[in-house]
This record gives sequence, C-alpha cells and structure tokens, in this order.
Amino acid sequence: MIPFLKYKKIYFTLSGILILASLISLILFGLKPGIDFTGGSILEIKYQENQPSNDEIKESLADFDLGEIKIQSSGEKRIILRTKEISEEVHQQVINKLEGSQELRFEAIGPIIGREMNEKTKVVAILAIFAILLYITIAFRKVSKPISSWKYGVASLIALGHDVFIPLGVFAYLGHFYDVQITIPVITALLTVLGYSINNTVVVFDRIRENLITNKSMSFKEIVDKSLNQTLTRSINTSLTTLLVLFAIFFLGGETLRYFSLALILGLICGTYSSIFLASPLLASKST
Amino acid sequence: MSKRKNYISIIFILVLAFFVGAFSFPKYLNQGVDFVNEKISWNFPHFWDVPFELGLDLQGGTHLIYEADLSNIESDDYDSSMQGLRDVIERRVNYFGVREPAIQTQQKGDSYRLIVELAGAMDAGEAINEIGKTPFLEFKEQKENYEEIIINNQNVFETGEGNLEDPFQSTSLTGQHLEKAEIGFGNTTYEPLVLLQFNSEGGDIFEDLTSENIGKPLAIYIDGIPISSPVVEGKISGGSARITGSFTAQEAKDLARNLNAGALPVPINLISQQTIGPVLGEISLQKSLKAGIIGLLAVVLFLIFFYRLPGLLSAFALMIYVAIVLSLFKIIPVTLTLAGIGGLILSIGIAIDANILIFSRMREEINQGKSFSTSLDEGFKRAWPSIRDGNLTTLLVALILFWFGTSFIKGFALTLSVGILISLFSAIFVTKNLLKFFEGTKLEKIKWLWK
Repeated sequence: MIPFLKYKKIYFTLSGILILASLISLILFGLKPGIDFTGGSILEIKYQENQPSNDEIKESLADFDLGEIKIQSSGEKRIILRTKEISEEVHQQVINKLEGSQELRFEAIGPIIGREMNEKTKVVAILAIFAILLYITIAFRKVSKPISSWKYGVASLIALGHDVFIPLGVFAYLGHFYDVQITIPVITALLTVLGYSINNTVVVFDRIRENLITNKSMSFKEIVDKSLNQTLTRSINTSLTTLLVLFAIFFLGGETLRYFSLALILGLICGTYSSIFLASPLLASKST
Repeated sequence: MSKRKNYISIIFILVLAFFVGAFSFPKYLNQGVDFVNEKISWNFPHFWDVPFELGLDLQGGTHLIYEADLSNIESDDYDSSMQGLRDVIERRVNYFGVREPAIQTQQKGDSYRLIVELAGAMDAGEAINEIGKTPFLEFKEQKENYEEIIINNQNVFETGEGNLEDPFQSTSLTGQHLEKAEIGFGNTTYEPLVLLQFNSEGGDIFEDLTSENIGKPLAIYIDGIPISSPVVEGKISGGSARITGSFTAQEAKDLARNLNAGALPVPINLISQQTIGPVLGEISLQKSLKAGIIGLLAVVLFLIFFYRLPGLLSAFALMIYVAIVLSLFKIIPVTLTLAGIGGLILSIGIAIDANILIFSRMREEINQGKSFSTSLDEGFKRAWPSIRDGNLTTLLVALILFWFGTSFIKGFALTLSVGILISLFSAIFVTKNLLKFFEGTKLEKIKWLWK
C-alpha cells in the first residue's frame, strides 16, 4: 500500500507552486481573447508555390486599413492572417493582392456578435459551475461522520478550481509567447473539464464513504489511504484512455481542434492529479 | 440472469452490431455484396447507404449573419417583414444554384437577424454581393409644381448655378407592396416588358394613384434612381401593372429580378461571416477522422493489453458503441461538424471509463477469492454508483452547453451527450452479456485471462 497521506506536504507544495505560477502568468500576460469574443477577421491562405516572408506579406497589404496584422503559420505554405474586422469589399481586395495564394478560410466577426458570444459564454460558464456546485451538494449530502458533508464539497471544489486555473495560466503563457488565443473551443474544453474531472474525485470519495461503513475500526486517515490505493489504478486508467484519444486529436486532428484538445489534456491531467493528491489529502487534513 | 436470457441477449447484440456496423459503413458491405453477386450471379440488394450530413466547416461553405434595419417598419409588421426578407433572399440564393440553402430569421433582443448558410463550393464573395443588394423600389408621382421644377432644372443645367430638384415626390407605394415582378412581352409588339403584381393593399394604392394621375407620368425609382416613368393611360384596378420602355429581353429580365429583389425594403447589414473553403473542409474532415481512428485503436490496444479478455470484449462493445452513435447521427440526422467529431472522439475515451471501473472492481473481487460469477455481479453492482455519478456530471455540463451555447459548443455538446447515453448502454448491457457468456465455461477458470 502506498502511504499517500504521508507526503501530502509535497503535493500541496507542488500544487501551490503551479497555482502561483499560473496566477503570475495570468497577471503578467493576461488572457488573449480570440475574435469570437472581440470581433475581427481571420484569413487563412495557402501558397501554391513560394511563400513570401511575413514582412513581404505585411508590406503588400500596407495600403489597406487592417489594423495590426498578425501572421501565423498553420502548416506547409499555409498562413493565418489576423486583422481587425474588415468588410467583404476589403476582403476581396486583400485576396486579390495576395498573389499566388488560395483562400482556405475567412471569418469576419463584427463587434456585436463578439459581444454576444462573450455574454453567452459567460452565462454558460456560470450555469455549468452552478450545476456542478449543486451536484456536489446533493452527492455528498448524506455523508456525515467523521467529517461533515460540506467538507467533501469544499475539497472537491478546491480541486476543481485547481484543474481549471492551471490550464488558464498555461494559456496566458501561450498567449503571450505563441499568440494562442482563448476561443470558444478552449472555453468549451475547460467547462467540460469541470464536468469530467469531478468524476475521479467522486470515485475516490465514493470509496471513502464505502470504506467508512465497512471498516469501522480504521482511522479516517487510514481509510483515505486505503481508498486511494484501491482506486489508484482505475483513476489513472480512466484518464489514460481519455488522454489517448485527446492526444490523437492534438497531434492529428488539425488546427481548429488543437487548442481545444490541449485545454482538455491540461485540465484532465490536473484533474487526475488533484483527485488523487489534492482532494483526498485535503479531506484528511480537515478532519483533524 | 439465466443462460437462456443471456443467449438471447448475445444474439440481439450480434444482430445489432451487424446492422449498426453496416449502416455506418455500408460501403464495404456493398462491395462484398457486389462481389458475391458477380461470383454466383445472384442479385442481393445493397444495404441502405445514407450519407452523413456534414457541417459547413467540413464540406466547405459560408455562414453569414445579417442584421435587418427595421427602423422604417411598424413593429406589428416586423415578423412578416422578416419572413418576406427571408423569402426574397432565398429566391436570390436559389438563383445561385446553391444546394439546400438554410436561411433563418432570428430575434436577439431588439436586433432582428437573418442567418444564411450556403454549403458547398461557390464564390462566397459573389454570393454576398448578390444577397447584399437591397434595391429600394418606389413609385413616385409628379410634384404639384412639376412644370416649374422642370424649367428650373433646365436653367440649372444651362447656367450651372443652383440645385437640381427631383420633380417627383414619394407616394406610399413601395417595394413592400410588390408581390412579384416578371418579364413579359407585349401582345402586339412582342416587345419585352416587366409585369408587376401588387398585394391587395398595394393594389388599392395603385388604383388610387392611377386614377389621380391619368395622363401624367408615374415614375419608378430603384435606389433613388429613376428607372422609367410610364404615362398612366387610365385607372388600373386589380393590382397589376406593366412597365414598358425600350427594353431588351435581358434588361427586362434584370429589372424584374431587381424589382423582386427590392420587393422588400428592409436594408440588411452583414455582421458576421465565416467562410470555409472546400479544400480546408476536406483537410479538416480527413484529419479529424484519422485522429478518431488512431484514438480508437489506441484505446482498444490499451484495453486488451491491460484487461486481457474483458478488455477485448469491452473493445468489441466500444466498436459497437461507435457504430451505434454513427448510425444515430445518420438517422436523426445530426449535422457533423468539426466540434461534433471532437465530441465524438472525446466520448470514446469517456465511454470506456464505465468498463474500466467495472473491470477494476471485478479484479478486486476475484483477488479476494470470490467466484467468477459473484465477482462479475459484484463488479457491476458496486461500480454502478460511481459510473452513474460520473456520467451524470459530464452529461449535466454537456446539456447546459447544448441549451445555452453557441454553435460550436452545441455541436460538441450534442455528440458528447448522445455519446455518454449510448456508452452507458454499451458498457453495461453489451459488456455484461458478453462477459456472462463465459460464465461456467472452461475459459472462466483460466485466471490470466481475467486479471
């Protein structure tokens, strides 16, 4: 049996460092919202033969009022241009100007739609968080002795916050250094992490409850350790299967799904870690 | 569960597996049928080949959101105006030959929207140009001081001083009252002309206008530019009119089209555009399918490696699961988007969780020295609360995302929710019956298969 609780200081320190790093990253860099939220245009093109340098492209478009142009590579001879929102007319002129290229994708989102998406996403996020809170309250209402049910709730909430906060910190970092934006897919992924990552915590807590009933003679800490050992393999395995498919999406699934799967991967790894090394040790330390 | 019941269930599962498999991927079955037909000169029918419905991001296409400016419309008429606008734009888009354009009106607070979805390969820029034209059709009559203005305008022309004034004034008859315009030909001259048909209100106004303006011109303006000003020969009732002039057939046709286009005077403004080229759509589709297949294979290998025989059975259940979900997507039908495929692939990873929970529990029970059948039953029974709770939370979030989300979120949440529900069936019913099949057999005794 692995004495999990013995090393809980190490886990708490590690999580603490990660959360602090995320906090610093968020404060220093902030999140970069995508055009889904701010409005703007994205143009993805593919060059048939020689791809000009980014500076050449920028120079050739200097006549247009496009705001700040950001150019990113999206594959072989493929680039993504981000500009402020442009009209269809300007769009056509820009296309004509970019000689030797084929248009793959164009999006122009007006500020009104951006604002709406922003609001809508906020509502969805708040509702999802609220639903999870409600679920936790209901799921753990029956447990009492030796620690009351709300403590299970608080422990799983802290773990959940940890699971979403760290990926956000990573995205702030990626946003600053690699221009990765927070788009609707990323938010969707993080909300899904909320729903999915609570599962692992629930599995461990369920086992603690079961062991509390069947092992009256053991101390609470022993029970937590025992439950963690019993559920360790399955916690890792359930996450592992999901991570397998997510890595498949990340590496093979194409540009649109890349950061969506990255957010899920980060959230899931944090979630698995926190269900084993954070939620239960927190529970055990609260009981004393 | 009796053996008999188990056998019936197994047969049901196999039949189901065949049907959903064949329905999801009819291509291979039909190739086999062709092969057999050729060899034994028989005529087996093909299995239904229902295609998947692909979203714009996978087959290429344009998603446009327009905002309608209803400031000149009575609030009572908003709905009918929007409906009319929808019809007009549908006509214009059909003119383009786009397959099944989807055009919806939508109200967002005070803002009335028109959402146009055009699938397949076409020139999005030109489609936008065509849709965006809102010629404003007006009928104008002479102002009272018509002669004076004409003379004045003449002076302005000659001297270059002063301002030109429009000798015509607006009437209440506008494109809003036009039901349709079409090209026609004169009875005797066979000259091309444009036939107008007003709605009943427009017909009444037109009747009044013509009776008041006999012998005078009634000018037709489009976007504030006079197109023609035929002289009224007599009162016209019945709400139909004709515009003659020295049109060529092409001009008459264009004018009729423009009038139809302008039949509803609601200006629209493009506020969002998403165009995915068919090339990128194809790339996205191929890539996401590849990711799905590799992901599925990885999970299957993991299961067999880690859980041996039960792993193999659950891998089989997982395949059935994927085929059921794909069949459902075809039947309902669910439009597959990139986000939807993402949700589906994710659900493969989540679907197997239930089996992992059950197998882990079974192993524990077997390790405690319990018999195979007891371990099997206990494994399912004791893992159930965790499976239920775990899936419930994910489903809960997925449903909230579905009800309140934007289109990307909806596509993802829908496939994820369907996936979770079906996965419960495959993990519990399919896997359990497959495992039960080995109860009391020799294989049951071979411990390494189960650990």
